[in-house]
Amino acid sequence: MNNLFVYCEVEDGVVADVSLELLTKGRSLANELKCQLEAVIIGSGLKEIEKQVIPYGADVVHIIDDPRLAPYTTAPHASVLIKLFQEEKPQIALMGATPIGRDLGPRVSSALHSGLTADCTSLEIGDHEDKKAGKTYKNLLYQIRPAFGGNIIAWIINPDCRPQMATVREGVMRKLIINDNYPAKVNHLEVSKYVSDTDFAVQIIERHLEKRKINIKGATIVVSGGYGVGSKENFKLLYELADLLGAEVGASRAAVDAGYADHERQIGQTGITVRPKLYIACGISGQVQHRAGMEESAQIISINTDPDAPINSLADYVITGDISEIIPKMIKYYKQNTK
Amino acid sequence: MKGLKIIVLAKQVPDTRNVGKDAMKADGTVNRAVLPAIFNPEDLNALELALRVKDQIPGTIVTILTMGPGRAAEIIREGLYRGADGGILLTDRAFAGSDTLATSYALSQTIKEMGKFDLIIAGRQAIDGDTAQVGPQVAEKLGINQVTYVEEILQIEKSSIKARRRLDNGVETVKAPLPLLLTVNSSAPDCRSRNAKLLMKYKHARTVTERQDAAEDYLYLYDSRPFLNIQEMTVNEIQSTPEQLGLAGSPTKVKRIENVILQAKDAKRLTAADEGINDLMKELIESHVIG
Repeated sequence: MNNLFVYCEVEDGVVADVSLELLTKGRSLANELKCQLEAVIIGSGLKEIEKQVIPYGADVVHIIDDPRLAPYTTAPHASVLIKLFQEEKPQIALMGATPIGRDLGPRVSSALHSGLTADCTSLEIGDHEDKKAGKTYKNLLYQIRPAFGGNIIAWIINPDCRPQMATVREGVMRKLIINDNYPAKVNHLEVSKYVSDTDFAVQIIERHLEKRKINIKGATIVVSGGYGVGSKENFKLLYELADLLGAEVGASRAAVDAGYADHERQIGQTGITVRPKLYIACGISGQVQHRAGMEESAQIISINTDPDAPINSLADYVITGDISEIIPKMIKYYKQNTK
Repeated sequence: MKGLKIIVLAKQVPDTRNVGKDAMKADGTVNRAVLPAIFNPEDLNALELALRVKDQIPGTIVTILTMGPGRAAEIIREGLYRGADGGILLTDRAFAGSDTLATSYALSQTIKEMGKFDLIIAGRQAIDGDTAQVGPQVAEKLGINQVTYVEEILQIEKSSIKARRRLDNGVETVKAPLPLLLTVNSSAPDCRSRNAKLLMKYKHARTVTERQDAAEDYLYLYDSRPFLNIQEMTVNEIQSTPEQLGLAGSPTKVKRIENVILQAKDAKRLTAADEGINDLMKELIESHVIG
């Protein structure tokens, strides 16, 4: 009872990275809270699936396996979590801020009247004193995220309602195997107790999922463009530099919204989080949501016409000027001085 | 086929995408007054999908429901100019401080007062919070199914619809029974622009509160032209328990807010001159960061 639960996503028999990252974070939070970490896996053909999550430190793995439970639809997965949470009364429940987690989380929180915070960039344990009510709360989950267009960072808490729910984007937390033979208990749940036939009213007729073509998360160098790049045409310069350096091209949300780059290249709180060796920010002002996705880069170069662009405060090198002038110079020097 | 009753959930939001330098006060807090209030972009995509159903099935009625302060009536007028049939502004001090859960409670209790509906269509998320929570939370409170991340309604039948979802890594076509709630992505078609005739027709559409401040010349209009009345609802017009409203009904609380203050690193500053760029590239190559 009152443990920390992580909802694990599975696609084609593989547990999603974001779920393993949350298990890792969940393990350290559970240690701090002196409670257990429990994983919930809902799907089809899940034989030995527990082997994928136990090394990350799950004390209990709940598995519910039925052909109708994959691919994901809202109602049956929500029904399982709602009933399981009513029985187990978790203090904390985490899920990925993915299309699945963002579909499922609010549904479950609405049914349980519990608070849910989306797209957290950090999770911590701490106390809270409500001076008005004269009450002190011990060991709450601080759900930390940028808010209001990234101009502020908010610490959100759920003092009274349980579970305290939060979603986190892929790549924000790090995954870490702690022990391949971690001692865990596997609990197979009986489908009929958690799901009814009426939960299958929404049918999936067709599905075309593509494996991600670009791998920005794994790139050692990222050349990233913002609204200041000015056009889709100008983005070609970034691709040229990236090709040369063996880098991937990323973009800020403003550049994606303006149509300069595809959504799948978006870096930041509502996009991908990267930690490359080198991050070259071109025409990016550096709102806090963008910084949330790249500030752990080992080295940062900022190229911007504005010498006071907020991103410059993160940068190791600040180049003031126009990218159409500077990037060709970088390309030229590189071509002349490397093989 | 009989026309559908569609409710579009919409929100007026500060335009956080265009936060200029003057949007930050000297103390580092946000100066909300200078941020323009706009129709939340994905809610406009939602309105467009509703209007396309109306184009296709005569007799369809599209009603916009928004919760917010009095000035949020602006987005209802925007919707009327584009082809919506009516709108409701849910406004009351009792809703102040609502998080997504208290908001979805207030909206779902209002929808229960609006009579039978076939479809609720909402934007996937609002740009001032990006939570994507209110749509699914409303669906759950009404006990209906949801389909999120929709970009197109492919087919409407008597008791079900087919829709295409756009996910991060692909597309999915689903069939779902009515009544149903959809949330719509920005990959859906842009909303049509204002229609000149509708603009003339609804230019003077006002809520009761707005009418109290309106020029007297126009007051006679509202008796003879009922379509100019934007319905305003308060907490008194819905069934609700106070513990579920506003701040009290919000499980999430903001413990603390920090303004984003940047601690500048000791950056090397370079200009666009050849020498500086060359030195930088040389340094990066020598330290094996690149190359």
